[in-house]
Amino acid sequence: MKVQSPKSKVQSFGMMLLLLAAFCILPSATTASEKWPGVDESVIEKVAKEHGQETRKPLINTNQGDLLLFVFLLAGAVGGFIGGYYWKTLMEKRSEEVEIQKKNT
Amino acid sequence: MQNNGMFKAQTRKLPLTLPVLTAYCILLTVSNAHAMHVSEGLLPFHWAGLWSILAAPFVAYGLYRLRKLSAADLTFKPLVGLMAAVVFIISCMPIPVPNAGTCSHPCGTAISGILVGPGISILVAAVALLIQALFLAHGGLSTWGANIFSMGVMGSFAGFLTFRALRSMKINVAVSGFVAGLLADWATYFTTSIELASGIKGDSPFMPLFWKILIAFIPTQLPLGILEGAMTAGMIVLLYKKRPDLLVRMKVLKAGEA
Repeated sequence: MKVQSPKSKVQSFGMMLLLLAAFCILPSATTASEKWPGVDESVIEKVAKEHGQETRKPLINTNQGDLLLFVFLLAGAVGGFIGGYYWKTLMEKRSEEVEIQKKNT
Repeated sequence: MQNNGMFKAQTRKLPLTLPVLTAYCILLTVSNAHAMHVSEGLLPFHWAGLWSILAAPFVAYGLYRLRKLSAADLTFKPLVGLMAAVVFIISCMPIPVPNAGTCSHPCGTAISGILVGPGISILVAAVALLIQALFLAHGGLSTWGANIFSMGVMGSFAGFLTFRALRSMKINVAVSGFVAGLLADWATYFTTSIELASGIKGDSPFMPLFWKILIAFIPTQLPLGILEGAMTAGMIVLLYKKRPDLLVRMKVLKAGEA
């Protein structure tokens, strides 16, 4: 059975607290979308409209109903997987190199 | 050996936890695509064309650097893959700023500019911006060049040059990373203000409109710049602890500093 060192216990606890805070705060902070417009709306589009420039619909308009939600879910999952995969690759290479160095010494 | 086993177990969990967390965070904020990129149609055709022409050589330089570095060192590819994912995720994840009552997002180009160099960072930003413009209603195809120039070119070079300048003055990695992230974020919004003001001004004078846009960005981007600085410093310090050899290979650190 693996025994965690005090340092890694503190790190795990810190990570848990951070995740818990993020899970609790994010929904309340983001569900009221009208209250939290993006700077594209509140600054860029607003100023542009004052000067007669308006946005056009994108070529592939995913901003329809829950379609955008699905596309963002997909983007988040794929991006997160790629990030995690390459992080693992980078870290495993290091641990392999350390093991080889240990064997050599 | 036991620590090594624990470390391996922790890295094995990452590919599972990262996508779940990322998807969760992005989903919660997605009711509208809150972006800082210049949206489709906001810049007149000639201005959109000009920014595309200005951005093109930098993207070409990025391609050249990627081919050159990949040919010389294969271990470089996972880092580029990681940076591509980091820039894509960070630049489409809106963060609410309570004091301003708005949302915006960091850019991530400071991290990639420091770690893989500004050329490849620009290329990574260009790909991320293209995917966002095509499928996420985030930015636009006609304004792709303008967005590459502000986020890719200015963000990457500001981050890279600031980090190198501070390191040459023997300032530690964390502080250098923080200031680089902060200035890269602010440089991006400074450039967006120039692009927008020059594109939409019509017959009105440039400077008052430029200041108006820049000042309007401040309540949101001031705290987000600090967040971007903290993220950049965190990422650099993490890699400094876990893979100092990689930072030496990428010329982020000198051999004696690792």
